[in-house]
Amino acid sequence: MSALSAVVVEPDIRWNPARGPVAMYCLIGAETAIFAIFVVAYIFYIGKSLTGPQPRDVLQLPVFATICLLASSLTIHVAVKLLRAGRVFSFGLSWLLTVVLGAIFLVATLREWHHLIYDDRLTIQTNLFGTTYYSLVGLHAFHVTVGLLALLTVLALTLRGNVGIQHAARAAVLSMYWHFVDVVWVVVFVVVYVIGR
Amino acid sequence: MPTESVVKPAAELGTRSPLVERLHSWVTTVDHKRLGLLYIFYALIFLLFGGIEATIMRIQLIRPLNSFVSPQVFNRMFTMHGTTMIFFFAMPIMFGFANYLVPLMIGARDMAFPRLNAFSFWMTAFGGLLLYFSFVGGDGLYGAGSAPDVGWFAYAPLTSKTFSQGHSTDFWILALLVSGFGSVGTAINIIATIICMRCKGMSLGKMPLLAWLTLTMAGLVILAVSPLTAAQLMLLVDRYLGGHFFDTQAGGSAVMWMHFFWVFGHPEVYVLVLPAFAFASEIIPVFSRKAIFGYPIMVAATVCIGFIGMSVWAHHMFTVGMTSTANSFFVLSTMAIAVPTGIKIFNWLATMWGGQIEFRTPMLFCVAFLFQFLIAGLTGIMMGAAPFDWQLSASYFVVAHFHYVIVGGILFTLFAAVYYWFPKMSGKMYSETLGKLHFWLFVIGFHLTFDFMHIPGILGMPRRIYTYEPGRGWDIWNLIVTIGVFFQAAGLLVFIANLFRSYFRGRVAGSDPWDAWTLEWSTTSPPPAYNFAVIPGVKSRRPLWDLKHPEDPDWHYE
Repeated sequence: MSALSAVVVEPDIRWNPARGPVAMYCLIGAETAIFAIFVVAYIFYIGKSLTGPQPRDVLQLPVFATICLLASSLTIHVAVKLLRAGRVFSFGLSWLLTVVLGAIFLVATLREWHHLIYDDRLTIQTNLFGTTYYSLVGLHAFHVTVGLLALLTVLALTLRGNVGIQHAARAAVLSMYWHFVDVVWVVVFVVVYVIGR
Repeated sequence: MPTESVVKPAAELGTRSPLVERLHSWVTTVDHKRLGLLYIFYALIFLLFGGIEATIMRIQLIRPLNSFVSPQVFNRMFTMHGTTMIFFFAMPIMFGFANYLVPLMIGARDMAFPRLNAFSFWMTAFGGLLLYFSFVGGDGLYGAGSAPDVGWFAYAPLTSKTFSQGHSTDFWILALLVSGFGSVGTAINIIATIICMRCKGMSLGKMPLLAWLTLTMAGLVILAVSPLTAAQLMLLVDRYLGGHFFDTQAGGSAVMWMHFFWVFGHPEVYVLVLPAFAFASEIIPVFSRKAIFGYPIMVAATVCIGFIGMSVWAHHMFTVGMTSTANSFFVLSTMAIAVPTGIKIFNWLATMWGGQIEFRTPMLFCVAFLFQFLIAGLTGIMMGAAPFDWQLSASYFVVAHFHYVIVGGILFTLFAAVYYWFPKMSGKMYSETLGKLHFWLFVIGFHLTFDFMHIPGILGMPRRIYTYEPGRGWDIWNLIVTIGVFFQAAGLLVFIANLFRSYFRGRVAGSDPWDAWTLEWSTTSPPPAYNFAVIPGVKSRRPLWDLKHPEDPDWHYE
């Protein structure tokens, strides 16, 4: 029956999408579902805490951190474009800038949490607001951390001279994840700092 | 792409014994066929575990005031039975078949991400080990509880530290969390494979129905298992960090957990039943000697079930006191899902209509599936009406209903699939006599158990009770139900014996024993590591029909 293995037809020009972006879209779908559950829990529990402190007493708008994180989306987009054009050095600079902006965001979150825990006495055990706030913002910060580790890996490879124009598609897939983390922050910002306050 | 098929130089091989070398090649494999078989073996072992747990429960309930096991053990048994069967039997075996069949059917040499594939399998395997480790490790330092005993949907506040001391519940949480990562990984892999790896000529509209159903199933896994992961994370925050998500003392909500669990739990039913539909959609046409009836409608109905399946979850919660608007919405969406499902049943019937039906073992299981799944759907519509549900919720009627779906629908098609693809996977034919014996034992056992289980439910017997008093009219029904279990167990033993006997002593199957039409039958049995010497190209939904009948190919009509 070996003849069966050659089901030959005339060539058919058809486009198969690349597997990297497809898989990343799927991962983003799964992550979206996880965040959706946490966001729903946050919204459902707004105003249901039995004790203080309440969000309006302790939360400040993290404007600077937000600007940094949103700007990092722009820099990573530029970086991928530069890599596609083969300009590896400029790519590295722009990528480094992305890492720095992401790190600033994490440090800002760290300072905010330090302030909340030591000055406002709000921990994850204090009340429902504490539980939902630290879980949602923490889950996002965890994703920023994972993204930063991935970005740092690429940066290290770039410094070693192992990254070239042929890796542009992979860098683009990583940048999709980073954009996703940014979009999640927009949602978290609106829910926690605008609606929730 | 690395595969284990790379032939190693003889000098390198010489250092290890052949057995170690063989085991090593299975543990380190990234080949989709081997991983598929690993999934299937792994799942069948857990089927035995889950079956033993079910048998223990049924022996306890065979007569009133029985004391075969203690109430505590009974609680552990139903928790472990449900968790095992859903997460460590049904899902892995579906992933196993998807892994094995999808690349072969779409003319690819492997999955899109072979190493992710191996990672996902071992995560799932690790999850199962974690769950069963709770039998020895669950006591923890507190000396309370062994295996988890909170029920497979683990309602709050049962899972709080107060009511679940020790670590048994933590093992349950972590096992599901870890295997959930594996499930999502495999789902991503399946979608990427089907979207990106199809052979030349195989547009989406020419894929085998199995590929379509598996694609929809993978989409549901991504959207349904992730909420469970989120809910388990919240439960961990509650149990370990002192959070209050499901802590009613601090204003938290126990109903929240119900919603989060069933947002996963109901789509999960469709995650399991869509592959079952997929097997039926491949097997029924081949043994009716006709092309599937209404292919585009079948695809549309599949995707429809995927979408509606996401919006019916709260029909598990009619008795917790939702608003009448919510009740009405979930009643209507539950009723609506009967439409695409009904379309599928009619299409399978229309495929058989006028065909030259061959009642081989896989076809027998598929025909039984059609009858049983219809009845399961009808009791589903009964339960889907909120007032009826208020009467019968949490009774044995519910248990009978969902076992009718999962055993009568899903397990029957799984048996059909094992028999149908066994020649491809092993290269040997199974024994038709033993197969038919298995079928009849299982059909008799299934109907004794689950037909008669409806009746004590209607008579008011609640689920999850470890015993009952005589004279309530439940005794005879419970006796019949338990007798059926022994028929099913006997059928299962015949099934396992058949697999072993046929693997070692079966006659050689050849590459295409069923005269079938999809691409997996165009390569040798078992297929080589690279699947196809020449990557095939297709022009219709039945490429092998075209090849065997060049005078009347399908693409003249599609």
